[in-house]
Amino acid sequence: MNLTVNGKRLSAEPAPGQCLRTFLREHGWFGVKKGCDQGDCGACTVWLDGVPFHSCLVPAFRAEGRDVTTVEGLARNGRLHPMQQAFLDAQAFQCGFCAAGMIMTSATFDKDACNNLPFKLKGNLCRCTGYHSIEDALHGVVNAEEDVAGHACGTSLRSPYAEAIVTGKAHYTLDVPPMEGMLHLKVLRSPHAHARIKSIKRDAARAVPGVVAVFTWEDVPRKLYSTATHEDHLVDPDDTYILDNVARFVGQRIAAVVAETEAAAEEGCRKLEVDYELLPSVFDPEAAMQPDAPILHDKSIAYRDNIYVDIHGELGDVDAGFAEADAIHEMTYSTSRAQHVHLETHGSLSWLGDDDRLHIRTSSQAPFITKQKICYLFGLFDRQVHVFTERIGGGFGGKQEMLSEDLCALATLKTRRPVMWEFTRAEQFIGATTRHPMTVQVKLGAKKDGTLTAIQVRVVSNTGAYGNHGGETLAASLGSPIAAYRCPNKKADGYAVYTNTLPAGGFRGYGATQTTFAIECAMDDLARELGIDPFTMRRINKVRETDRIESIWKEVSDVMFGSYGVDQCLDRVEEALKSGRGLPKPDGDEWLEGTGVALAMLESGPPTEHRSGAEMKLLPDGSYHLAVGSTEMGNGSATAHRQIAASVLNTRASNVALVNGNTDETPYDTGTFASTGTVVAGQAVEKAATALRDVLLNHAGRYFGCEARECSLQDDAIICANQRVPLSELYAAGTNAGDRFDVVRKAYLSPRSVGFNVHGVRLAVHRVTGEIAVLQSVHAADIGRLINPMQCHGQLDGAIAMGFGWALYEKMVFDETGAVVNPALRDYRIPAFADVPRSEIYFADTYDTVGPLGAKAQGECAINPVAPAVANAIANATGVRFTSLPFTPDRIFDRLGAAAERKPIDQEIEPITPSIR
Amino acid sequence: MNLNTITEVKRPVSRDEIPEWREDYAWLAGGTWLFSTPQIATRTLIDLETLRWPSLSPSASGLEIAATCTIAELERFAAPSAWAAAPLIKLCCHALLMSFKIYNAATVGGNICMSLPAGAMISLTTALEGVYRLWPREGGTRQVQAIEFVTGNHKNLLQPGELLRSIHLPVDALKKRFAFHRSSLTHLGRSAALIIGTSGAETHDLTVTITAATSRPIQINFDRLPSREELRHAIESHVAESDWFDDVHGSARYKRHLTFYYAEQILAELGAR
Repeated sequence: MNLTVNGKRLSAEPAPGQCLRTFLREHGWFGVKKGCDQGDCGACTVWLDGVPFHSCLVPAFRAEGRDVTTVEGLARNGRLHPMQQAFLDAQAFQCGFCAAGMIMTSATFDKDACNNLPFKLKGNLCRCTGYHSIEDALHGVVNAEEDVAGHACGTSLRSPYAEAIVTGKAHYTLDVPPMEGMLHLKVLRSPHAHARIKSIKRDAARAVPGVVAVFTWEDVPRKLYSTATHEDHLVDPDDTYILDNVARFVGQRIAAVVAETEAAAEEGCRKLEVDYELLPSVFDPEAAMQPDAPILHDKSIAYRDNIYVDIHGELGDVDAGFAEADAIHEMTYSTSRAQHVHLETHGSLSWLGDDDRLHIRTSSQAPFITKQKICYLFGLFDRQVHVFTERIGGGFGGKQEMLSEDLCALATLKTRRPVMWEFTRAEQFIGATTRHPMTVQVKLGAKKDGTLTAIQVRVVSNTGAYGNHGGETLAASLGSPIAAYRCPNKKADGYAVYTNTLPAGGFRGYGATQTTFAIECAMDDLARELGIDPFTMRRINKVRETDRIESIWKEVSDVMFGSYGVDQCLDRVEEALKSGRGLPKPDGDEWLEGTGVALAMLESGPPTEHRSGAEMKLLPDGSYHLAVGSTEMGNGSATAHRQIAASVLNTRASNVALVNGNTDETPYDTGTFASTGTVVAGQAVEKAATALRDVLLNHAGRYFGCEARECSLQDDAIICANQRVPLSELYAAGTNAGDRFDVVRKAYLSPRSVGFNVHGVRLAVHRVTGEIAVLQSVHAADIGRLINPMQCHGQLDGAIAMGFGWALYEKMVFDETGAVVNPALRDYRIPAFADVPRSEIYFADTYDTVGPLGAKAQGECAINPVAPAVANAIANATGVRFTSLPFTPDRIFDRLGAAAERKPIDQEIEPITPSIR
Repeated sequence: MNLNTITEVKRPVSRDEIPEWREDYAWLAGGTWLFSTPQIATRTLIDLETLRWPSLSPSASGLEIAATCTIAELERFAAPSAWAAAPLIKLCCHALLMSFKIYNAATVGGNICMSLPAGAMISLTTALEGVYRLWPREGGTRQVQAIEFVTGNHKNLLQPGELLRSIHLPVDALKKRFAFHRSSLTHLGRSAALIIGTSGAETHDLTVTITAATSRPIQINFDRLPSREELRHAIESHVAESDWFDDVHGSARYKRHLTFYYAEQILAELGAR
């Protein structure tokens, strides 16, 4: 068929059932993204004769004779389309994966449409930004500031990838032309929650034209490992095989088929005949802890039951603490299972190079650890493997996991051909990871004046079928949320329990999110019982700057206050809520209004080992090259790294070229997770830049015949008295004389500082329909110095939106067989534009003594206080404590509607749960 | 997404070109559902676009909507001013979960034949007392009342290979007064309950059409405006407990509750004139 794409004639035949999205990508238009492939997310939006369509739903043959425009065809005569320019000016993206579709949609808007964005953008999902910057772009707001030498730090500079993102030229993981001989991989997934494989017949699958190989548990190295990536491999249990002969959850991969086409690989999977012996299964972690529960793992002497890990600790004496309390509050709170929904799904491409090494291009937050795992599993030497990332479409902790690289590597090593595997959106829900659902019993004791006398917590975490991140998230759940309050008596018991559900994993907030929800609700309930204002309650009990930061452990920790801004955060949020800003309560007696606040504290960095390296050099043209091992998946660390380097070297950020996340081209880095992008990798950058500056100044001293301290760097030149020599000249002179201008530095995380986030919400609850209207959302963050204020704003906006999603909408639902009922974005609803209130955001004025240039972690903790602030506002509005997430209108109605019919609502308090043993 | 099991697309220009029907055939209208999920039992798509049915044919007797009329075309339709119920068209289009971009491809007939409880084209055409014209395999035409067509979640009266040709909305219904209430668990999300009331311009009758909350549309007719109690009683007697539709977009209990709440509001609105 004939068509025109971006003004170019194209003649090609699509497959009969092919969609336009893949047809366009086949012909090199990689600006057409796959977020869901089901018409829900809008990332693949293109125009047919100027009319926008979701190209994943358009049969390719219908493009015959049409004029197709993708984001690559929007710019004319070298000039960006005004909407591309608007997105650039507002920096209306983070990972940028949704940007092409957002721009192709928004570029069709007239003025009326811009005034109706909740409706007009309902078909475009963004998981990073919280839509604030996107709204800015559509209203012509310019957020980005100019890049001026000497002002790199503290300025809202553009992402180094900004132009590529808005023009569709940024290459995400699978945005590469097919390699010669490339195979596609698909997996067969278990339909059973617990089953032993008796046999797998592969003949019919092998007979499918195009199928090249089938791999089952009999073909993989029989080595146990964990999919979780940490510097210290011992913090996660080795309980997983690449392919296993036992399925422990619905969706576990059973076999992999590689074929010349995706279609053949899919057909091959359908033709596999698996004979299963069904085993009893258990889905509820409390049930799994019972003595008669079916046991999931018996892989080593370490296993006795389904409790992967239990953690216990006590400081002081909680019994004595409760004995002296005037009021005791005890309740159980539970959280739902949420998925990361990074818009770019998991995926990898592996091949053997001419150098006979295994190369893996992947969407990972931890390419170096992934490489180590690949070396271990396949018995390869370090030098034989290369793992790298280019542009990653979001992570949020979901990509702190090796989920696609291992099977691609296996298939490439067996077939010696390139292999690509791209997860479908459904596979993200049934075969990736989620947040750990936790049930948290909280018991608090306090004196009449509000002073806490005892805190006791019992956490049961559902780690699913495998223990990846199960121990670390449990430890995190018992850490900072308890340490945020000063109290002489603290005790906690935690259990991470195996069940026949899909494995949970790392997710922004990492366990602390779940217990912050519980403890912040409990603090609110206790304050109400004592008749104390919730802000006052927190001011009375918050950890003080001079306190030791401790939760339940007697061991000494390396956490300290590099800065302290929780007071400012509480003040800002309280002032804002009292200001009268925000929307008025909707008219009508049915609407009940309330406010709520919650506080969260989080360490800037993980307790596990974390290392980063940075290499810097001066280039012949006088610009700089920076290589950082840390990956960038939309968190903005690359922007921050350039700014840190530029600040130290007194130049423009754009004068620093950057490569990252590549085991061949950058120094080692543990991974971009656990709030380390700025505080560890950024520290390595600061050290490297400082070292390079010293090298340059020393050289300049010799060059000018003066002291190094008399010289200074200024943009792309070096200054001594009134002489100004371009760095390119210095480079030439220096290298001729045998000097080198390159340095490498390493950073290690210890001690760790802490940051605070306080969130406030004013909302109204409709007592009949259960609908919630958020009227005002206020957030204050103590994150140290802002390296890039716009980006810090964006990280907070995004985390808050994710918090609202968790609080109000998101919940994975399972049927009685353990299968996910809603593995699609139309049924698992992440917040769309209409669902996210615009938040007022404030920053505490602090400068951290631990982090680089005074900065602390930014992107992670802001999610933690959102759900409890919402819960507290609902309790304040209705008098009813809702203890389990999410607060969807039907669940609000379940309690509120019934309560309203029976008795005055203020008597409807959750029954007290059985005492903590 | 790619439908990798499809091996052939037929593009007929007339009905006769599809003389036989096989189990692995599927009619392709807008494709917005077919291409959104794997169709592993399907080998052949039969494109309806090439039949070139005129989308919208207003006449003195009402509005004829081709099954292949896109949501976008319907949403833009400018109705005669005497059609007091015409604003329902836009309201129902906007009640769909889909983006306005999907409107450009999705069809009215596709939404009806999908027969999901929240299919707002079902709400629209049942509330406006539509008649569906079907093309059975054996030839000719048969007509069914819109309210009879959907029989359950994702279930309808269509026989294998039978085609929905068009929807007729009678002018009498289009001239009625109406009240419309809906809500969903998320802003602008999939309807948990979509309840429409209509009443004659000069009469005191009331028709309440319950959709989204129930697994099939349910219509209750009153010759005169009922009391609140009569209304509640009528809903209770017309809707069996098993009809309330439970899914991730709202619990059955909640949808039932919303139905009563909105029906009462509709009664109040149409009763007050």
